[in-house]
Order: sequence, then structure tokens, then C-alpha cells
Amino acid sequence: MYQNPFETKYSLKDIVEKLKLERAVGLYRIIDPDGNVVAEKEPDIAKDLLMSMYTSMIRTRILDAWLLKLQRMGKVALHAPNVGEEAIGVGVTLALDKNDWIFPYYRNIGVFIARGVTEEEILDRNIANIADPFKGKEFTILGSKRHRIAPSTVPVGNQIPHAVGFALGAYIAGEKIAVLTIFGDGATSRDGFHAGLNFAGIYRLPVVFVVQNNQWAISVSAKKQTGSITFAVKGVAYNIPGIRVDGNDVLAVYIASKDAANRARNGEGPTLIEAVTYRMGPHTTADDPTRYRSPEEVKAMEKYDPIARFENYLVNRGYLSEQELKEIYNEWSSKIEEIVRKCISKPPLAVEVIFEDVYSQRFWNLEEQLEEYRESLEIMKKLGIEVE
Amino acid sequence: MPVMNMVQALNLALREEMRRDPRVIVLGEDVGKRGGVFLVTEGLLEEFGEKRVIDTPLTEMGIIGIAIGLAMYGFKPVAEIQFIDFVYEAFDQIVSEAAKMRAKTGGMFTAPIVIRAPCCGGVKGAMHHSQSPEAYFIHTAGLVTMMPSRPYDAKGMLKAAIRSEDPVVFLEPKSIYRTIREEVPEEDYVIPIGKGRIAREGSDVTIVTYGAMVHVSVKAAELAEKKHGWSVEVIDLRTLFPFDRDLILKSLEKTGRLIIVHEAPRTLGFGAEIAAYIAEKAIDLLRGPVIRVTGYDTPFPLVYEKLYMPNVARIYLAIEKVMRY
Repeated sequence: MYQNPFETKYSLKDIVEKLKLERAVGLYRIIDPDGNVVAEKEPDIAKDLLMSMYTSMIRTRILDAWLLKLQRMGKVALHAPNVGEEAIGVGVTLALDKNDWIFPYYRNIGVFIARGVTEEEILDRNIANIADPFKGKEFTILGSKRHRIAPSTVPVGNQIPHAVGFALGAYIAGEKIAVLTIFGDGATSRDGFHAGLNFAGIYRLPVVFVVQNNQWAISVSAKKQTGSITFAVKGVAYNIPGIRVDGNDVLAVYIASKDAANRARNGEGPTLIEAVTYRMGPHTTADDPTRYRSPEEVKAMEKYDPIARFENYLVNRGYLSEQELKEIYNEWSSKIEEIVRKCISKPPLAVEVIFEDVYSQRFWNLEEQLEEYRESLEIMKKLGIEVE
Repeated sequence: MPVMNMVQALNLALREEMRRDPRVIVLGEDVGKRGGVFLVTEGLLEEFGEKRVIDTPLTEMGIIGIAIGLAMYGFKPVAEIQFIDFVYEAFDQIVSEAAKMRAKTGGMFTAPIVIRAPCCGGVKGAMHHSQSPEAYFIHTAGLVTMMPSRPYDAKGMLKAAIRSEDPVVFLEPKSIYRTIREEVPEEDYVIPIGKGRIAREGSDVTIVTYGAMVHVSVKAAELAEKKHGWSVEVIDLRTLFPFDRDLILKSLEKTGRLIIVHEAPRTLGFGAEIAAYIAEKAIDLLRGPVIRVTGYDTPFPLVYEKLYMPNVARIYLAIEKVMRY
């Protein structure tokens, strides 16, 4: 039925209530930086799951440090450090059902670990060795069909409309799943953010949008990324409720994501989650943050560390002792070190992979160019020319 | 056998493919009730419903990005860009995402979408409703690019595009949407990707072209025959990438003279690639210079578009040049 716009008014009160605007400007937190429960009601989460959250974050941090080191060693081309932001990838992933899909970005190692992708697969990918599932075409990103994780994109935010299209597919097929996508604060300025939220808002699609607001898009601060008071409040214009959560509080991330995914699966439409965090490291290994932010600022953020906070919580609750925490860390530390050694000793990919997977078949132009490459190999051998 | 124009043939191709395969979804601006601004999707909403014929908000990048997501889910989206001139907003999604999905993921993920769009000049569409940007797509590894020149081909080619496992940019020359009518079978047939056709046989000169320029080239060939008795062959490439290399080479073995005709501007246009390819692989076959008859290197003008685009006079002049060389 056509609604006459000249005879239509909307109620501010309804919008504030329906979209729960207060949540979009507040900060949802369950445990404070000292590990104390500050929420009115502590969520009832099984100990097993709490342990998964913890080990996933620890494994992410250890692997992340290794990837940085491997980049310095020349074994990995580039790395986008995750340190300080582990709670988001881990929290959102553990909140989802196993049939839900995730469209992460390149700073979401926690998603992969929490979904059961092994360190070995992540390392093979980043090293681009013979076992690299993506066969050496791009750095830092990964996806895994069998884990229902879509490949992340290097052009910022391009995965947002993919997630929306995927959710549209699920809706058309009648499959009741949630599709969650994560992206940085910088991505909210790109057209894919607008197109994605706009489309999901119109068709009420089962999408959970997560802004991993780590305050910095390389050197551009969140304050220069948007004039909006918060990122979460941006949902209002699309008729999408927003919630701003402490992204370094894994429990808050978990609860907000679980609620949003349930809404999505129940046909209640999309949600925008702003997960507030802080990028402790550089944008990537090619960046030097001392050029644009002070060490004092970074130092002041240390106390919000998601892992230390969760450790305090686990100890306070009596789930784990300080000693047990150390044991878990040491156990994973040596396991991962062993995997790193294994992965860096695997042979490299064959050069021919360059010519593979461009199309579903190899057309004549690539046959010709492959032949050209082989000729160049012969001349290299003959003349003793080395090209790396 | 029914006689149809290209719009009707494309509509029939979509209808048949949507009946054949429930995964085929049409999306774009005004594709629903309006049936598309050129009516290519007319009646599809009524037959297949709102879940398979989706009116999108006005966002080319969103249309393509969402189509990629649909394809990742397992659907076969046919996305309409209302005019190819508006595709640039979606360029990142096409070039960075759809074209590279297979390569980026070592074949784990693919995005075999079809992007349909009216293109090219000849209807007084001016600067932003007349462009021929095929070179951008041909240049991008991972994309197939096609352009039909007649209703029969349009149907079989669109079916091939929809069944392709690779993303396809399917350009429809709008100036011949309704001007050519011919018999189009109502049964299933496919014109394979990569196969051109001889639109007119000849033995002195080869004109390589596609889209609406096929018809202008045939007219120029007829004029050259009438005036001088020269026998001009016209190749309709149909698929621009991967182009039918063998068809061109075979024709040149006969003629030794090559003219390339396209509406797009000359510098780094598709003609440059064909000329360079022949120069590299078959220069011995050539008996004269390779000549390109193209749009001029300017934005597409509102005024005098027929003089801007390759026309019979300009193509005839090129035939004279190469024959008298």
C-alpha cells in the first residue's frame, strides 16, 4: 500500500525505543579492565566455553606474534597485527551457531582459531608454501569453506556487500542462518558499508555488522573517519539497531553477538555492533605508528588489554589459578613454535601456480604465456641468469 | 519460428534459464515491475516472483557486491547495470572481487556472476548513456567479456554466460536492441564463449568487429564491393575475451589485410590488442598496415554522434587505404 508522505509523521519516541538508541551511544560491558563484573546480571556461560574463549585468545596472540616475527625473518610478506584486538574475532565467532557464516577482515585471526582452523593452515597461507590453500596469490588473508568463513578482502570493506548478498541467498533459499561480517572503523567510510547496511535494512536480512573500531585506519584516527558521535549510531538511518560494546571484553562481545545472531535467525533483521578496541601495534608491518601517535597514548591503552582482563576474571571467579594460566600459555607457546618450524620447512609453491585458477579453464592466452615462461626458464639456465 | 528483436531474444534467454535452473536470480535497478528501462526483464517478476527478480536500491557497487555474495552462496545472479556508463562505481567490486575471487582463493571460492548492461552509442544518449568501456573488462584477468550483434546470437550467448563458471560482462548494444528482427528458435541452444562468426565472407580484407559495428562494417564492405569489386570479410567476434584468435588468423591467411572497427576510443582500445597480437604472431601474413576505425579519443559527444562513431564512410576509407597500400 502506498503511504502518502505528505500525511505521514514519525514518532521520535518510537524510534528511540525500537532501535534502542541508548545502546548505540553507551558502552556495553560485562567485565571491567580489572576483571570485575560490572553488568547488572552476570551471564551464565559454561566453563568449557569460557575456556575456549581464553585459549582462542591466547593462541591468537601467540600466533600473531609469530607472524610478526616471521615477517621480520622474511618468511611472511606482510602482517597486520592483531595484538589487543583478539576478543572481537574470538567473541563473535564463539557466539555463532556452526551453520552461521562469517565474513571477516584481515585483522581477524581469532575468527579462524575460534572456528577450528589450525595454526598450521593459517601459517601455510601466510608463508605461501606448497600447502597454502590459496596458492600464493595474496597476503595476510584467509578463508575456509569448510569452516564457513568467507575469504577476507584486501580492499577495505569490500566484503560487506558480499556478506549481505550471502544473507540474501540464505533468505531466498529459506536457510535460517546468520551472516556476520567484521570490518574496521575505516571501512565505514567506504561505499560498501553504506550499500550493505542500506540493502540489509530494506530487505531485513539476517546480517550482523561488526565494526572493529580500533581507533586508527593507518594514521587516520576514528575522529577523522566520521563526524558521527559513535559508529553504532549510524545504524539508525538504515532502521538497524546499533550497540556499542567494549570490544576488549570478550563476554560483552559474545553476548551482543549472540543476541544479534539470534535476532537475525529469527527474522528480526540486521544489527550493527561497534566493538570498541585499540590497535596496539602498527597497521601492518609496513607501517610506523610513531609518526602519528604518541607512545603515551598507546601506553594508556595497555590497561584495557582483553586477555589480561579475562585472566583476572577467570582467577577472580576461581575457574583458573595463576599457575594454570601460565601452563596454558606455555603449552600453546611450545605447540605453536613446533608448528611454525614445520611450516617454514615446507617446500615453496610451483611457479606455475601463477597461471592457475584465473578462470575455470586455461584459455589460449595463458597457454601461450606459460610457454613463454618456460622458454625464459631455459634461457635462464643456459645463461646462468638468476631471477628471484 | 518466431521473429524477434534483441530485447525479446534476451528476455527469452533469461526466462528459459530461470525455468531451467532455480539458482538463476535477476537483480538490478527497475528490473521488477518496470521490467528494466529497456524491458529486457519484462514479465520476469510476474513469472518468477520477488525472490528471483529483485529490485535493488540505486547502487551499482551494491548490486555487484551483493551479486557476488549471492554467487558465493550458490546462486547464479544476473545483475543488470542500467547503463554501462554507470558501472564505474562498481568497478572495484568487479575488478578486485568478482574477477579475482577464484585466483585469490586458489579456486576455493568463485563468483560466477553475469553483469548485463546496455552499452554503446547511436541513440543520442550523450556522454553518460553511450560509452563503450569494454577494454577495461577485457584488460582484467578473470573476466569474460561478450557483446552480441543480433537477436539469435544474443539469446545463445546470454545462455552461455549464465552457464559459465567465470564472471561474465555481457554488453548489449542498445542501438540495435529493436532495429534488427530475425528468427530466434524457442528451443535451447548455446553459443559457446570464445567463438566468433563470419558475418560476411570475403577474400581481400578482414574487418574484425563486434556489436552494432558489425552491421556498419557489412554496409561498408558492400559499398567497397560495389565500387571496386573488393571482397571484404567481416568477423563478428561475439566474445571479446577470450577472443577467437583462430578465426582471425584463418581469415588473414586468406586476405592479408586487417581493419579493426569499434566504437570505443582508439588509444588502448581493444583494437590495439588485436593489432599487437597479429603483429607478434602473424606479421608475415600482413600485406599492409593494420588500420583501426574507432570512436575518437574524446568523451562521447551529444552532438554529431554518427560522425563521432565509426560510420560507413570512415570504414570505406580504411578499406581503400589498406587496398591501395
